Amino acid sequence: MSPLTDLTLLEAQTALRNGEISSRELTRACLERIAALEPSLHAFLHLANEQAASRADEADQEFVALRKSQSTNSQFINLLFTKPLLGIPLAVKDVLAVENLPCTAGSKILEGFFPPFTATAVKRLQDAGAIVIGKTNTDEFAMGSSTENSTYGVTHNPWDTSRVPGGSSGGSAAAVAARLVPAALGTDTGGSVRQPAAFCGVTGLKPTYGRVSRYGLVAYGSSLDCVGALGRTVEDVALLFLIMAGRDALDATTQDVALPDIKFDAGADRDLPLRGLRIGVPQEYFVRGIQAEVEASVRAAIDVLESLGAEVRDVSLPHSEYALPVYYILAPAEASANLARYDGIRYGPRIQAESMWDIFYRTRGRKFGAEVERRIMLGTYALSAGYYDAYYGQAQKVRTLIKRDFEQVFEQVDVIAAPVAPTTAFPIGAHGDDPLAMYLEDVFTLPANLAGVPGLAFPVGFDGKGLPVGMQLMGGHFREDLLFRVAHAYQQVADWHFRKPGI
Amino acid sequence: MPLTLQEVEHIATLARLELSAEEKARYRQQLSAILDYIAKLQELDTSDIPATASLLAVESHLRPDEPRPGLEVDVLLKNAPQVEQNQFKIPPVFE
Repeated sequence: MSPLTDLTLLEAQTALRNGEISSRELTRACLERIAALEPSLHAFLHLANEQAASRADEADQEFVALRKSQSTNSQFINLLFTKPLLGIPLAVKDVLAVENLPCTAGSKILEGFFPPFTATAVKRLQDAGAIVIGKTNTDEFAMGSSTENSTYGVTHNPWDTSRVPGGSSGGSAAAVAARLVPAALGTDTGGSVRQPAAFCGVTGLKPTYGRVSRYGLVAYGSSLDCVGALGRTVEDVALLFLIMAGRDALDATTQDVALPDIKFDAGADRDLPLRGLRIGVPQEYFVRGIQAEVEASVRAAIDVLESLGAEVRDVSLPHSEYALPVYYILAPAEASANLARYDGIRYGPRIQAESMWDIFYRTRGRKFGAEVERRIMLGTYALSAGYYDAYYGQAQKVRTLIKRDFEQVFEQVDVIAAPVAPTTAFPIGAHGDDPLAMYLEDVFTLPANLAGVPGLAFPVGFDGKGLPVGMQLMGGHFREDLLFRVAHAYQQVADWHFRKPGI
Repeated sequence: MPLTLQEVEHIATLARLELSAEEKARYRQQLSAILDYIAKLQELDTSDIPATASLLAVESHLRPDEPRPGLEVDVLLKNAPQVEQNQFKIPPVFE
């Protein structure tokens, strides 16, 4: 039998239910693999070894009790619905609050902070039986594309440890790719789930804005932030999404939109499961500067979708080139307001000073890292008197144009297919101290956040260096079901997502 | 147009960030480069375009304004850097 850590989330679920494995065995296998590989990966910031072990034992007792009581089939089926994740270990990006675990957001300014509550997205997974095994590394306050901005050190890409895993959810992506956990949570403000998923060869979803509660998420750009999931297969990610999604009284931006009925069974159309589906390929995403092997893999994947029955059309999102400047005004502006709360008064460390003002200046000046300071300053500038209209006001208007591009395209096609990032994973340190070069890594992922549409990244090949290439699908608001359907059909005929790094 | 040192200092003050001379010089150069790039937005005529402030198609949900249990004081103070008599302690703010 292959190691337990090779099981996908759905495989683990079946094996646990059939009594073939125990949650203790599965959780221990994950913890042992983490212990063995963490020195070379650094995917985690905090581990919950003991808590996870006792949660696993509780889950096993629940399974045993059900079997002992000669429980009827219906009771077991009931468990399936109420606790679909019973006994399954997961990792959570360290920007989501989990009670009794530290939450640093990769920053010194939250060093030692223990949130007194649990984020709704995590709570729903725990209520479904999932076990939080640890918190994963992230760029500080999710600001970055490589985890190099984490105060606590970079995460290494499991496919080549001299390279970045992408970011900011790089710890979660590396943990899933290296089989440290079957799945993990991430967040996506400008591509932070999709880009690391692509760099690490895993499947990652950024849901529609307003679909998953952000209660308990360390806020970065509130009109953009989304909580998403990373796993090895589309089915695994879809399951986590269905459990997390939906209205939450604690997050006023969550919407009352019925969850999609996701049909993974192609039924009669087994050979052409995508028949009748229109896929748009935006010319603006195949531009100069894109790595040739990335373009080749993505185009080959689009051909596969066509062979599965989809109708492929060229489409245009003419304002794509403005997404980057719009994002780097709006996100820092929102961040400058959201991060005003870190003042050394109510939580987090304090640099003591004579006056309260000096406490603010010193604590923030010394505890925020460089990228966070840059974005706070950029946002403060864009919102300051005399510059507001030219920067923030203009960016909000151009955001409307970007949103309209998507609305127009979704009148012509059901789903957009495009590369996730222009290149595969880059070497650690490649962008040195050049923030603008790092920002350019996000050109293909930012538009979905600005328009609020869902995006799903999954592996579609490897480059000559053996690094994974990712493709993303984007859909209309609340149409995650279409993304799952298309990507799942692809994963039925491809095996990139089962490739395992040699680490 | 590059930012002046005075502008960088003004922004840092607004943002309540104490910066070293070296940081000011570095951020001045980096932020100027980013602002140059962002200036691309001025190419577009947006005089007839409304601003998008929120992506939500419907109004945010409001809940009834009713009392409900919150976090206990000791739980809230557990993360505080300095506490006295069940309150956050700070230096005097009045002369």
